[in-house]
Parts: sequence; C-alpha cells; structure tokens
Amino acid sequence: MESVHAIELRHITKRFGKVVANDSIDLTLDRGEILSLLGENGSGKTTLMNMLSGIYFPDEGEILVGGKPVSIRSPKDAFDHGIGMIHQHFKLVNVFTAAENIALGLPGSGRLDRKAIAAKVREISDRYGFGIDPNKKVYDMSVSEKQTVEIVKVLYRGADILILDEPTAVLTPQETDRLFRILRTMREDGKAIVIITHKLHEVMALSDKVAVLRKGKYIGTVKTSETSPQALTDMMVGHSVTLNIDRPLPVDPTPRLEVQGLTCLDAEGVKKLDGVSFTAMGGEILGIAGIAGSGQRELLEAIAGLYPVAEGSILYSPDGKPPVNLVGKPPMEIKKAGVAMAFVPEDRLGMGLVGGMGMTGNMMLRSWRKGKGVFVNRKDPNALALEVKERLEVVTPSVEFPVRRLSGGNVQKVLVGREIASSPTVLMSAYAVRGLDINTSYTIYNLMTEQKMKGVAVIYVGEDLDVLLELCDRILVLCGGQVSGVVDARSVTKEEVGLLMTRVGGGKEDAIHE
Amino acid sequence: MNAVLLLIYNAVLNGTPLLFGTVGEVLTEKSGNLNLGVEGMMYMGGALGLGGAFYYEMLAGQNASGLLAVLLAILCAFLGGAFGALIYSFITITLRANQNVTGLALSIFGTGAGQFIGEYMRTTSGGYVAISNQLKAAFMTSPLPAALQNIPVLGPLLFQYNVFVYLGVIIAVLMGFYLRKSRSGLYLRAVGESPATADSAGINVTRYKYLATILGGGISAIGGMVYIMTIAGCVWNHEGLSGEGWLAVALVIFCLWRPISAIFGSVLFGALMILYLRLQLPFIPDQIYKILPYVVTVIVLIFTSMRNSKDKQPPASLGLAYFREER
Repeated sequence: MESVHAIELRHITKRFGKVVANDSIDLTLDRGEILSLLGENGSGKTTLMNMLSGIYFPDEGEILVGGKPVSIRSPKDAFDHGIGMIHQHFKLVNVFTAAENIALGLPGSGRLDRKAIAAKVREISDRYGFGIDPNKKVYDMSVSEKQTVEIVKVLYRGADILILDEPTAVLTPQETDRLFRILRTMREDGKAIVIITHKLHEVMALSDKVAVLRKGKYIGTVKTSETSPQALTDMMVGHSVTLNIDRPLPVDPTPRLEVQGLTCLDAEGVKKLDGVSFTAMGGEILGIAGIAGSGQRELLEAIAGLYPVAEGSILYSPDGKPPVNLVGKPPMEIKKAGVAMAFVPEDRLGMGLVGGMGMTGNMMLRSWRKGKGVFVNRKDPNALALEVKERLEVVTPSVEFPVRRLSGGNVQKVLVGREIASSPTVLMSAYAVRGLDINTSYTIYNLMTEQKMKGVAVIYVGEDLDVLLELCDRILVLCGGQVSGVVDARSVTKEEVGLLMTRVGGGKEDAIHE
Repeated sequence: MNAVLLLIYNAVLNGTPLLFGTVGEVLTEKSGNLNLGVEGMMYMGGALGLGGAFYYEMLAGQNASGLLAVLLAILCAFLGGAFGALIYSFITITLRANQNVTGLALSIFGTGAGQFIGEYMRTTSGGYVAISNQLKAAFMTSPLPAALQNIPVLGPLLFQYNVFVYLGVIIAVLMGFYLRKSRSGLYLRAVGESPATADSAGINVTRYKYLATILGGGISAIGGMVYIMTIAGCVWNHEGLSGEGWLAVALVIFCLWRPISAIFGSVLFGALMILYLRLQLPFIPDQIYKILPYVVTVIVLIFTSMRNSKDKQPPASLGLAYFREER
C-alpha cells in the first residue's frame, strides 16, 4: 500500500559557513504517529526541524507536504501548510493573556474580539484536555502552562503537523506525563507529531518510530517496538574514534575539591543539581559528561560561587591547610580564602572576556586589584598578554586589538591563557573547544594536560565523548542533575558512557525511579 | 476667575504641548523604539508650524482663513517631526544603530534645525515673525460657542481652551483605544514587548516599528507647534521651547506608557511648570519649582519599580534593535 506521507524530506542539506549541519537527510512522517528525532547535541535535529518551520531554508533537497513539493520560507508559510513548531524557548509575550498571545498575527477584524478568541481557545482546550484559562497572563503561568499555550497557539492556527523541540527539558515528571497524555490524544486525532529529544526512556514510552541523527547525518529510522535503548544508543553515539591525545598517568593525585550532596535550584524552583557528590584530585583531569542541560553549567558556576547552592558542601583543600567550605561565599571571598580557581565559562565572550577590549585589557580584568593607588598598572598585564600571545600562538595584529574581532579559537586561547597564568590549583573549563578547529583543539588539550602534570585539579566539561575518553583520567557522568556514574576513562567504553548519560544502565538511579 | 480655577486653566494650557509630545512618544515606545529625539522633533515642529501659518498668511493676505492656517500649521509640524523620526527609524531599525545615541543626536540636530529655520524666518522678515491678530485668535481662543464658554465655573474649566487642548485629548483617547482594543494595537504592543515572538507569528516587525515611530514623531512635533502658537504667542524667540521634549520623555514614564493617563499627567506637569507664577513662597527660587516635574517622575519610577508590578513596566524590548537572525 503506497499512502501519502504527511511530510517527506528528500536529501535535505544545510550548511552554516563551512559547517554542514544537515547532510542529505531523508525522513518521512505519517499522520496519526509520533516520531522521535533522536541525536546528541549538535547532531542537527533542531536545524532540520527549523527548515520545516520556516526559520531556515534548505541549501539543497526538497520538502513534500501531503505529497506535494513545497517551499517554506517563513513561519507563516509553515502555518499555511499546517506545520506548527513549539520551540524550546517559548515565543510568548509575558504581559499578554493566553488568548492575546494566541491571536497574535492572525488576520481578522480591526477590533479585537477578545470574547470570541477566548471561546475558541476554550473549545480547543477542552477537546484535548489542556485546561488553560484564556484570560490568564503569561507572567503568572508555570513553565508547563506556557508550553500548553504554545501548543494551543499552533492548534488554533489549524496545524496538524506538530514539532516539539525538547518539550520535556523544562518539565517536572508529572508535567511530562501530562504532556504525553495530550500528545497521545492528538495522535488519536490524526495529527502527525515530531518530538526532538535525547532522552531515551521518553522515546521508548511515547513514540511509534525513532529517527536517529549523528553529526548532521541521517543514521536510520526504526520502529520503537522493534528496538531497544541499547540499540538506539549505539546508533546515537556511533563507534569510537581514536584521537591520539597524549595522556600521561596522573602523578601523586591528592584530593583538592570535595563536593558533597550538592543541590541547586533555579529561579523557578526546579532542581538543576540533585545531590551531586564527587572528589576532584590535583594532578588529574576529571571529565564531566552528560547531555547538554544536565547540570554541567550549574555545577561549575556553583563551585565558582556564581550559582546559589540550596544544600550540600564544597570543600576545598589548599596545600597544607585545613579544608574550607566554599558554599555561600561570594566569588571574591572564594579567592581571598586562598582558592586560586580559574574558570573558563561556556559563553566565552559573555562571561569571560570583554569583547571591545584588547588582550592587555582582558588580562587586567584578573589583576586589577593588585595595583596600588588610583592608576592601573598596565605594564604587567601587557607583558602577560605578550607571553600568552607568544606561547599559545594567538593570531592577533597586536595585544591591543579588540578580542571580539579575533576568531573563536584565538578568543579561547586568550581566555585559557589568562586563567592558566594565574597559576590555579583548580582549573575548570566548560566546552573549551566548542567551535574550534582540530589543531587549536589539540593546543587546548595539551594545555590542560600540562596543568594536570603541574598538580592542578582540572575539571573539563566536554561534549565530544571521544575526546573525554582520551583526555580525562576519570569521567563523571551527569544525567538530569544527578550523578549517574563516575568511571575510569581508560577502561570504560563509549557505549557505557552513552548509556549512563541517558540513565539506562545507571542501575541505582533507575531503581530509585521505579 | 478665582485663583484655583486660574491655576487649573493655565495648567491645562501649559500641559497641552506636553500631551502631544507624550502621546507621540508613547506610540513610538510601544513599538520598542526609545526615541530620545522628542526635543528635537518638537523644535522642528515648532519652527515649521509657525512657518506654515506665517507664509500662508503672507501669500493669502487679508483673505487668510483661520481654520486653514491651523490645519497648515498642524500639517507642517507633523511633517517636520515625521521627517526627524524617519531619519531616526532608518538609523535604528534598518541600520540597527544604538537608539540612545541616535535619539540624542536627533535632539541636537532637531534643535539646531528648528533654531535655524526660526532665525532664518525672523531675519528675512525683518527681525520679527508673527502672524496677524485675526489668525492668532484661531490658534489661541476657544472654538466652542460663547454660550458654553460663559457658563460659570464650568465654562473656564472645560470650554474656554484653544482648539489644540481638545485635539490633544481626542488623540490621547483614540490612542488609548487603539492600543488596548484594536487588533493592530495588540500587534504593535507585541512588537515592542518581544519582536521575535511577533516575527514568528507573521507580524511585519519592521513595518510596525517604522509606522509607529514616524507617526509618533509627527504627533510629538505638533506639541512643539502648539507651544509656539499658544504659550509663546505665535512668535519665534531665541529660547524656543527649551526642555519641553525632555519633560515629555519624563511624562511617558510618569504615565506608565498609557495615553489616557498622559492627559492627567500633562495637566499635573503643566501645573508644576507654572506653579512659580501662582504660588510664590519666600526664599524659594523659581528653579526649585522648575525641577518639580522631574522630581515627581523620579518618585514615580521609584514606586513603580518597588511595586514590581509586571503590568506597569516599559515595553520589554524598549531600546533594543531586532535582528531576525539571532532568534
């Protein structure tokens, strides 16, 4: 039987500069089914779906909706074809009511008939059991309610193909269950649904089919009933690649940083870290693996004193002194307590460097307290800038050249170079090689290893499992804010880490959840 | 007229230029554009509005119609302000330059341009620009029937004002209605709150921003003309209307971006501006009185931020340029 697919993608390719985000991808979606789009971060899931929702336009390939080739150039085109996307970051106006948000951009009479809109919103709401109040202001809503408004918004526009980008990332387990019930009701109603996710248990629980992407390439589609979490993980992470990163054995590791039962809540009261405990040793590299948003950033920021800690302790042991608890101390005091901690943030130009200043100026951001009197000392930072430029081969016309205009790799080198120059005892870095080319990445790896050999406790948050496996001595795996395992990087396999990242096989945690 | 009535009457008269300036700027800011060029646009409006009436009378001579003079003054002032706002829009919306810097530049430019035009008119017409008393009456006296004006108390309180007072109130009420009740007003507010949301809902962000800013600039500029043609007595002087535009910017904050509140706010600010003439206290210099509107604005700002009411905040994307590619 040859039925017409709701959506068919043929050889879709999308490039951003030199990076191929999607490489000749084929995909089909039928009515009355839920398809999970599975893949690691940077595998191109969101890019692919953004081409359906009109945010990007494919460089090559064609999109067929209901069997007919279409050209989707704007979100409005997508709506016209019945495609609605619910983004990870909600597109809602906070000071408007649910009904006002839903009515945005729709044609209609000049006078706004709030009652008629509210009535139609209620009708949709009742049909699928959303239970939303059309007259409630968005700023009074929970995350789950906001998401519901987004869903109603696309249904109101008559969408019968729904794309949800990591819809459960911000939800509590109860809210997730509720969402899944809604999605199943919509499937019964004949809608076609795509859910982008990297949580395997959700894939298994919800979807009919699973399509897997890896590094921009389409790996395959399988029926959920005919696969297993193990098989999906293998498809997702692929086989190990040998990188030949130089990894000497740790010399005389000593406990430097002891984290015990660390729990952090975000502004909405959602647990970002849940009872995290581990020890970082001087003289070794501790890798932190996990799917993006598993609490890596919060963990580093909590240690650096930038993220509020709800519970737990962070004990820092300086050389030959009793341990100090860093919790509750402001960043400056953490420094004063004798802790020399270098923090290479995720967002290098946002939190680490001032884009408009040159290398010298940025070096001074670390040392401005050292000078005496009202005048700044430019001589030492200048010397340091020149040294960093020399040693790390930063390509810049001069040390006064604004760092914003350097390439990503060079910006990264400036940041890492500055942090290392403060001779830290703990060096934390998050996504230090994000967006860098191979050679620059190796320079950064070697710097980390060099610091490790000096007895520094290096904490390295990375995305690429291959790198973590070859660079680190131990790997701490985070999943949903909890530690799902600490493994020896020399003996563990990529598949084992992959499973820990998605909790499957995490044994202990699974037991807790049952 | 007793003292209180006189104070109210003068407060309304002095508040009217502010009302135009404020309502125009509210429209602009609702689209997310913080146009600090109100002062400049009002200057241009003042000079061009006076010029429109002045040259019209020069051409028409004895037959000059008061109504036509008023309409021409409004049109010229509006076009002057709209032109200034168009420059601002192009620089901030299309070229995405910093709104604060651009607005300040427009203030300086507009003040200069207004002064230049005003002085040019003055020198070329023999050192004094003024229109005839017959035309002045059209600008400065009430258009309403004498029967209404002569009602005791209510007459001076409601019916003796010049035509611009009523026009200003009508524009403010219409604007309030537009923003709250119309579909297009909702879309405009969405643009000012979250352009990315509006864009993804298929609303043409650029068009809304341009239209609101240009229209708002034109309305603000009418306020400048009203000042010159009513309070300044239809005469161009060196001082022009210094400070009116800045007060209007303050009044936008004071009235919490609500045109209807701007009506009452402008009367209050008008009263504060002339208080030194009506209520003279020993040892207190005029200058103290003149800072009162700003003091009140600061107090309101403190209270609204303390109250932390989410409804009484500036448009969320006010002052930010919108790049579609960043979403």
